[in-house]
Amino acid sequence: MSKIAAAFKKQRKCFIPFITAGDPNLDVTEQLIVAMANAGADIVELGIPFSDPVAEGEVIQAANIRALSAGTTTDKIFAMLKNVRTKTDVPLVFLTYINPIFTYGTEKFLANCQSVGLDGIIVPDVPYEEKAPLSELCRKYGVDLIPLVAPTSDERIKMIAKDAEGYVYIVSSLGVTGVRSDITTDIAAMTEKIRQATNVPAAVGFGIATPKQAEEMAAVSDGAIVGSAVVKIVGKYGTDCVQPVSDYVKEMAEAVHKVQ
Amino acid sequence: MMTKGRYGIHGGQYIPETLMHAVIELEKAYEYYKNDPQFNKELQELFHEYANRPSLLYYAEKMTKDLGGAKIYLKREDLNHTGSHKINNVLGQVLLAKKMGKKRVLAETGAGQHGVATATAAALMDMECTVYMGREDTERQALNVFRMELLGAKVVAVESGTKTLKDAVNEALRQWTANVNDTYYVLGSVMGPHPYPEMVRDFQSVIGKEVKAQILEKEGRLPDIVMACVGGGSNAMGLFYDFIPDKEVQLIGVEAAGRGVNTAQTAATIARGSLGIFHGMKSYFLQDEYGQIAPVYSISAGLDYPGIGPEHAALYDSGRAQYVSATDDEAVAAFSYLSRTEGIIPAIESAHAIAYAQKLAPTLPKDKIIVVNVSGRGDKDVAAIARYMGVDLHE
Repeated sequence: MSKIAAAFKKQRKCFIPFITAGDPNLDVTEQLIVAMANAGADIVELGIPFSDPVAEGEVIQAANIRALSAGTTTDKIFAMLKNVRTKTDVPLVFLTYINPIFTYGTEKFLANCQSVGLDGIIVPDVPYEEKAPLSELCRKYGVDLIPLVAPTSDERIKMIAKDAEGYVYIVSSLGVTGVRSDITTDIAAMTEKIRQATNVPAAVGFGIATPKQAEEMAAVSDGAIVGSAVVKIVGKYGTDCVQPVSDYVKEMAEAVHKVQ
Repeated sequence: MMTKGRYGIHGGQYIPETLMHAVIELEKAYEYYKNDPQFNKELQELFHEYANRPSLLYYAEKMTKDLGGAKIYLKREDLNHTGSHKINNVLGQVLLAKKMGKKRVLAETGAGQHGVATATAAALMDMECTVYMGREDTERQALNVFRMELLGAKVVAVESGTKTLKDAVNEALRQWTANVNDTYYVLGSVMGPHPYPEMVRDFQSVIGKEVKAQILEKEGRLPDIVMACVGGGSNAMGLFYDFIPDKEVQLIGVEAAGRGVNTAQTAATIARGSLGIFHGMKSYFLQDEYGQIAPVYSISAGLDYPGIGPEHAALYDSGRAQYVSATDDEAVAAFSYLSRTEGIIPAIESAHAIAYAQKLAPTLPKDKIIVVNVSGRGDKDVAAIARYMGVDLHE
C-alpha cells in the first residue's frame, strides 16, 4: 500500500494543506512541512514554483513569484526534502506544471522523487488524454499520479477515476485557485461517480478556507485540500509564518478529523 | 493512446481538466462546421463583403529595382478591414462561437491587432467581448486600447508576470476556466491546445491560397520564396500552408531578435529556445534549465512571445521551413524603408519580414520571385517608432 493510501486508511477523513516550496525561502518550507505534519496534516502538498501558473489565483501566483525571487529551483527543493525526510514521514505530494517536470527530464525528476521519498504528483496541465508518458514513468518509480476532476468533467469522471492513484483531486469550482465564500457544485454527486469507478479516495480542493467549509467538504468526500488560505498566512507573516500556519492547520485538521 | 492535434512530436492538449470539456466541444463543433456549406458560405461573404478580401498581391517594383535582385511581391494583409491578417481568423472563430450558441467571447492580445479584430467581429455579431492585454502593451499600444473600447469591448490590463502577451494568454486562460460554460476563447494565433493551431491555420490559409492564385495569374508560376514574420506564427502559417506540398517553394519565417539573438532581450524562439510544454502545446519555448519561461523582448508587441506554434516547430524539425531573425534596429529601418520606397507603412511585426527580404533579395538573381506578407499596417506603431527614433511628437 502506498503511503498516501495508508494515510486515508489511518485517518478516514484527511486534511491536506498546500504550500509553495521556497516561499518565502526553503528553510521556512522545511520547518513548515514538519510543523504542519505535527499539527495534524495527513498529507502535505508542495508546489514547485513556476513562472506561469495558469491554474492559480492571485494568492498562489504571488507565492510563486516570492519563491522564484528567493532563488528556488527544483534541485534545491529535492535537497531540502532529503532533510525533511530525517524529521517526518508525512506523505508528500508535488503540485507543479508539466514544463518544469518535462524540461528537468521526466525520468530524472521521478527518480529523484523516489529517492527523497516523495509520494505523489499533481500536474494540473496534464489531462487524461496526455498522461500516458507521465503515468508510465510514475509507475516505474512508485510515485502516485493524482488526477483532477472538475465540475465540467461530468461523463469524464469515471474514465479519469478508473486510472487514479493516491487520491482523486476534486476541483470544487470553476476557475482558478483561491478562497471562495460559497461552493455551489454538487460535490456529493461527483464523489459518487468517483466511487463507482475506483476505491481510491477523493479529496476536495479550490476555495476552502474555514473549518466549517472543510468539515462540509470532508463530509461529502474523503478529505479537504487547502492552499490559498495557508499561502495567505505565509505571505502575511513571511519568515515568522511557522507558528500561525501551524495554529491554522491544527484548527482545520481537527474540523476535518471529527467528521464521521 | 493517440493524442490529438500532433505535428510531429509537437502540439497536443495540455490544459487543465476544467477546460477539457470546452476544448472537446470546440473540436466537435469545428469538425462539423468546417465542412458545413452554410458556414463556409457565410464566412466567405464576411471575407469578401466585410473584410475586403481578397487582399492585393502587389508587385513592389521600386523596392525590387532598389535592391537589384529577386522580384518582390507584397501580400497586402494590411489592407484588410481592421488593418491586419488577424481578421481572417477572428471572423471564422466568432462565427463559430455564434453557431455554438455562445454569448461572450474573450481574447488575449499583444500588439492589439487581434484584440481589435475580435472586438470588431464581436460588435458585428452581437457578442459581449473582453480582451486581456499586458499592462506594458496597453501603454505601448494605447491607441488600440481606445479602438477596442470604441468597438464596445472591455479591455483588462494584465498586471502579472512580464505584463506582455504571454501574461495576457495566462489571464485569458484563467478567465476562460472561470466562465467556461457560456464563454468562447478566441485564441489569436496558431498555438494553444488542439484544435486551435489547426483551426487558426485553416482560417488563415486564405492568405496562401490567394497568393497562389494571384501569382499564377501575374507570373504564370509559383514563387521561389514566401516569407512572413513569426511570433506565435499565424500569418506565416496562413501564408505557408498551401505551399507546403510545393517543395520548390522555400518557406521562410522571420523571428524577432529584439536586441540580438545572442542577447537576453530577444523573442527568437527557434533560434534560442528548447523543447517544452506550455500554453496547451508541446513546442519550442524560451526558458531556463528548470523550465521557467523566460521574459522575452522585442520592439514589436505582437512578436513578443516566448513560444511558437507547434506546426512551425514541426516544419522547422523537418527542414521544410527555415527560420531566421531580424533585430529591432533592422525592423525599424525596414519600417522606414518600405514607407519611403513604396509608400506603404507596415506594422512593425511585418517590418521584420521586410528587413529579411532586404537582405535576401540582393543575393538572388533577377528571375527569382519572393512574396513577403505585409501582415498588418503600421499606423498603430507610428508613435512608438517615433519614440524609438528619438522624435518628440507632442501627442
